[in-house]
Amino acid sequence: MSSSPSPPKPSEVTPQPLYTRRREFLEQAGLFVATSAGLGAGLTALSSLGSADPPVKPPERPEAPGKGPWKFERNRRWSSGEPLTSYEAITTYNNFYELSFTKSGPAELGYLLKPRPWTLEVDGEVRPRTLDVDTLIRWFDLEERVYRMRCIEAWSMVIPWLGFPLASLIRRLEPSASAKYVEFTTLLDPVQLPNQESRLLPWPYVEGLRMDEAMHPLTFVAVGLYGSPLLGQNGAPLRLVVPWKYGFKGAKSIVRLRFMRDQPATTWSSVAPDEYGFYANVNPEVDHPRWSQKNERRIGELERRPTLLYNGYAAEVAHLYRGLDLVRNY
Amino acid sequence: MNQRSRLAWLVPAVITGTLVPFGVMGWRAAQGRLGANPIATALNQLGMLSLVLLCSCLACTPLRLVSGWTWPARVRRTLGLAAFFAVLAHFLVYLVLDQGFDVAALTQDLAERPFILVGFLALVLMLPLALTSTKRSITALGYPAWSRLHKSVYLVGVLGVVHFYMRVKKDTSLPIAFGALLSLMFVVRFVAAHQKRRARRLRARADLDLT
Repeated sequence: MSSSPSPPKPSEVTPQPLYTRRREFLEQAGLFVATSAGLGAGLTALSSLGSADPPVKPPERPEAPGKGPWKFERNRRWSSGEPLTSYEAITTYNNFYELSFTKSGPAELGYLLKPRPWTLEVDGEVRPRTLDVDTLIRWFDLEERVYRMRCIEAWSMVIPWLGFPLASLIRRLEPSASAKYVEFTTLLDPVQLPNQESRLLPWPYVEGLRMDEAMHPLTFVAVGLYGSPLLGQNGAPLRLVVPWKYGFKGAKSIVRLRFMRDQPATTWSSVAPDEYGFYANVNPEVDHPRWSQKNERRIGELERRPTLLYNGYAAEVAHLYRGLDLVRNY
Repeated sequence: MNQRSRLAWLVPAVITGTLVPFGVMGWRAAQGRLGANPIATALNQLGMLSLVLLCSCLACTPLRLVSGWTWPARVRRTLGLAAFFAVLAHFLVYLVLDQGFDVAALTQDLAERPFILVGFLALVLMLPLALTSTKRSITALGYPAWSRLHKSVYLVGVLGVVHFYMRVKKDTSLPIAFGALLSLMFVVRFVAAHQKRRARRLRARADLDLT
């Protein structure tokens, strides 16, 4: 004997108005999901305008050109013992306006810059010549220097650069006694540096040093970092490093070295002289017009730390500026 | 079926949608995916989100005027409150995470750096608007007074764009784009108000002629 299922209780029966509204409910649910998802995705995309997320994958370390990896030793006399900033951070958080105005853009577009073949033009108050970058690198014993890098935007890193002192190169080039300044010019090529299509800055980027600054043993020409050749975003294949000055003084992807009698017209000090001076020595007492330079965020740390005069290299470089008004000559 | 129940999904959808960017940012922060300088990234992204939400809130009325649709008016308050929360989050990231709750640094920044003062003013002006965003406040204040108070959201928009313009280094294209958008919305409102006044004048004259 089988019992047929009992008829549904009246309370379980869907009321007719609700039953007929099922379609309406589904329609509303669909509109809800589509609208919230579309709005959410749109707002998320728009909020990263101008400050895009970094690439998820950190770049791979390139191999040294020529035979085998570069041999080098760390120069302890001129190196900081502080913990190093990660390779990932150094290669994904960059200011390289020729590639992109964002911080993560240079890491995404750095591959466009082809560091070989590469030549360096040398001219001005010197015997003019054109040097192949690998020939030039073989002139010197490469060494590693762990330097603090302080960006004018109040963040800093500790970077193990690989390269040679600029003084060694200048001695080898034998400029004449009339050379009082050195000018560094970055590559001008909108194919390799696509953001040079924008007219924001007068390209190519130009930086400069006084001769005594250029000859200082701390002033360095980097060809690599963390033991590997520089990536495009870090200014491959030749990049200036002046650790007691704000990072923008470190010209990237240098194609020309010019020895000059007069102070060169450097890019930032020409376009925004109230914000960027020729000297650009790190100085916690001289604020940027839009933010304080008293402290900085070391990348990888949460709390700010005090900024040091000459980025902590005062004992080595303060004598270069004796008698100079640092507030006026910022 | 009336209009209200047919659009019942709209406001919940806008609330959910505006929460998404906050959620994504928090999730990315927890995953360590805001880059080498996560505080700066969060600060910049919240600032951008603030401007986008503020502009979408300001766009509601011009959009209604141009299109004749009424739904933009329904989502205006939600967008305005979302903009307020984005601005508040932007300010708190600056004060707490970036400056380490250093009130002396905040007062110095306010005194010496106009762009920070301008941004701070925008936040202060938004506070009464957020607090009087309820229906009860409209009744309590009376619609004309409430409406006059809430007109200051246009000033907030201008301050926000000026703050952004003063902050960027050299590439002013984005702040200028926001400024252009804001101006366009002002023009729409201005033209609409002018037409309304003119229509009212004409009607008044027509009434006179009849008598």
